[in-house]
Amino acid sequence: MTLMKKLLGAAAAVAVTAGTAFAEPALIFDLGGKFDKSFNEAAFNGATRWAGEFGKSFLEIELQSEAQREQALRRFAEAGANPVITTGFAFATPVEAVAPDYPDTKFVNIDGWMPEVPPNVQLINFQEHQGSYLVGMLAAMASKTGTVGFIGGMDIPLIRHFGCGYAQGAKAVNPDIKIVANMTGTTPAAWNDPVKGSELTKAQIAQGADVVYAAAGGTGVGVLQTAADEGILSIGVDSNQNHLHSGKVLTSMLKRVDVAVYNAMKDGENLDTGGFTTLGLAEDGVGWALDEHNESLISAEMKRDVNKARDAIIAGDLEVTAYYTNDSCPVHEF
Amino acid sequence: MEKMPHWADIVLIPLISLFLAAILSALVILAIGENPWAAFKLMVDGALMRSSGWGYTLYYATNFMFTGLAVAVAFHARMFNIGGEGQAMLGGLGVAYVCLFIPWPHWSLALIGASLGAAMFGALWALIPAYLQAKRGSHIVITTIMFNFIAAAVLNYFLVNVLRPPRSMDPATKTFPDATHLPSFRDMFSTAETIMFRGAPANVTFFIALAACVLVWFLIWRTKLGYEIRAFGHSESGAKYAGISPVRITVISMLISGALAGLMSVNTTMGESERLVLNSTEGAGFIGIAVALMGRSHPFGVFLAAILFGFLYQGGAELALWTNIPRELIVVIQALVILFTGALDNMVRMPLEKLFLALRKKGDA
Repeated sequence: MTLMKKLLGAAAAVAVTAGTAFAEPALIFDLGGKFDKSFNEAAFNGATRWAGEFGKSFLEIELQSEAQREQALRRFAEAGANPVITTGFAFATPVEAVAPDYPDTKFVNIDGWMPEVPPNVQLINFQEHQGSYLVGMLAAMASKTGTVGFIGGMDIPLIRHFGCGYAQGAKAVNPDIKIVANMTGTTPAAWNDPVKGSELTKAQIAQGADVVYAAAGGTGVGVLQTAADEGILSIGVDSNQNHLHSGKVLTSMLKRVDVAVYNAMKDGENLDTGGFTTLGLAEDGVGWALDEHNESLISAEMKRDVNKARDAIIAGDLEVTAYYTNDSCPVHEF
Repeated sequence: MEKMPHWADIVLIPLISLFLAAILSALVILAIGENPWAAFKLMVDGALMRSSGWGYTLYYATNFMFTGLAVAVAFHARMFNIGGEGQAMLGGLGVAYVCLFIPWPHWSLALIGASLGAAMFGALWALIPAYLQAKRGSHIVITTIMFNFIAAAVLNYFLVNVLRPPRSMDPATKTFPDATHLPSFRDMFSTAETIMFRGAPANVTFFIALAACVLVWFLIWRTKLGYEIRAFGHSESGAKYAGISPVRITVISMLISGALAGLMSVNTTMGESERLVLNSTEGAGFIGIAVALMGRSHPFGVFLAAILFGFLYQGGAELALWTNIPRELIVVIQALVILFTGALDNMVRMPLEKLFLALRKKGDA
C-alpha cells in the first residue's frame, strides 16, 4: 500500500511538473504552520473532510518564506489548481497582486482585507465579535472572582476585535466585572509561543482571573494547559478545543474556518467571487462549542441565556459593536 | 610549505563537504519513505531547468551575496559580524523611508536613493557595536547578535505604530509608489514571443550584488585600506606597529560590512515585495555567515556559495510544493549543507591534508 502510494505520489509529482492541468483545489497555509491546533488546523480539517467525503485530493503547502507567497499562488494557479485557498490576512496583498494574472483561477483568502476585491477573488471574514460576545457571557457567568482574562496573540485590530466582543459579553452579564487583557506580542511569532501564553495566564491568575479566553493560535495551547494545571477555566478559540483538557475548558469560540474551506472546495470552479463573504452567527460561521467535555460546566441557565443572546444578535435586536467601527472598544481599553 | 595544493583547498573540500551533506540528506529523505533521487530531480528541475526557477534561485542568491560579502569583509579584519540580520532589517527601514517619502521621477534614481538609504541605515546599525568593540572592548559577536534583537524590536515598532496603513492587519508598510518599481528579470529579458522569468522576483538588484562582489574584491586586494584591513586581521599588534589604527580599521570595516548587509533589503523590500514587511530578511543575515565560510571570504567564492544556497532555497520550495516532505525536513536538508560546508570544515580538511602529505612523500621517495 505504502509503496503504491509512493508510486502514485511520484507519478503525480511528475504529472504536475510536466504542466498537466487538473482541477484540484489547493490550500496554502500561512507561516504559522498547519498543525497549530487552531486556525490553520481548522482549515486543514475542512479540506480533509472535503477530500474524504468526495474521494478527491487537494494540493497544499506550508510556507517557509515571504517570497514563497506569490510563488505558491502562481505555481498552483499554473498547475491548474482551482480554487486556490489561502489562510491568514498576510495573503491579502499577494493575492491582490497575483489574481489578475490568472483570470480563470479563483482565489480565496480568509481573514484578509482589500480596498477593492478583484473579480476572481473571494474574501471570507468572520464576525468574531459575535462569537466572542457569547463566550464572554459564559465567562462572566462561570467566574466566581468577578475577574475574567483575555490573552490575545499578535496585537492587531483583528485580535482586539475578538477581545472587544468578549468584553462586551462579559459586561452584559455583570457590569462590574473586571477584565484583564494581555497580548502575547506584536510579531507573527506571537501566534506560536505557548510558553509566553503560560506566563501570561499565571500573571492573570495572580490578578484574580478565574476564566481566561485565549485568542492566540498556537500560543493558546500554553494558556489552556496552564489554566488546567492551576485549576481555573479557559476558553479555546477557532477549533473546538474542549477536548484538550476535558472538564477544564469552559467552551471554545468556534470560528468555522473548516466550514469556509469545505464550502470553497465543494463549490470548486463555481465559487462566487468578486466580493466579501461575511460569516456570522446566522450563517453558523462563528459560535460556541458544547460537547461531552464541557457539558458539566455549562448549567441550563447559562445555556438558556447565551442562546437567547444568540437569537437576539441574529434577529438584529442586539448589536455587538465591532472594534473596526471606530478602531476602539466601547467597554475596554486595549 | 603548504600542506596541500591551493585548488584542493578551494574546490575539493567544498565539493566533498557537499557530497557528504547530500548523502546524509538522502538518508533522511529515505527514512521518511520518500525517494531521494526523485526529490533531487525535483529540486534541480524546479530551481535550474526553468527560467522562472532561475529567477527565484538568483533572487535568493542576491540576498546571500550581500550578506555573505558583509560577513566576509568583517572576517578580513578578523571580526565576526553576526549582526547582518539586524543590519539588513534596519536597511529595510531605510529603503521604506526613501521609497515612501521621496517622490522619485524614475526607478533608476529611486534605486540609487534606496541603496544609499539601505547602506546608511545598515552601516549606522553596525557602527554602535563597532564603536563598543574598538573603544570599550565589548566583544563584537555578543554585541552584534544582541543588536539583532534590538533591530527586530525597532522595526516592529515602526511597522506597527508608524508605517502601517489604517485598517490593515499586516504589520507592513503600504505598497511603494509605481515609480519605484525595479525592472524584474521578466521586464528585462522577455521578448515579444517568449516570456522569460515569469513571476520570478529576481530583479536589477542582482547586478548591484555582482558589482558589490567586484568592488569588495577591489577594496580588499587592490587598495591601501584593504591592505590595512587584511594586515589588521592577520595581526593586530603587527598592524599597530605599522601605524595602522585599530579603532579606525574596526569601525571602517564594520561600517562597510553593515552597509553591505543593509543593501540586501533593496532586493527584498524594493525588488520583491515592494513594501516593507516584518520578516523581510528571513534569516539571510545568518545564511551569510555560512556563505562567507564556504566561499573562504573571497568575493568569487561568496558568489558561488550564494548561488548554491539560492538553489537550496528554491529547490526546497519546489519540494514543499509538490511532495509530502514536511517543511521541517527541508530545513534539515538546508541545515546539513550549512553544517558540512560551514562548520565541519576541518572534518574534511584534516584527512585530505594527510592524504596529500602522504602522496607527496611517496612522490619524493
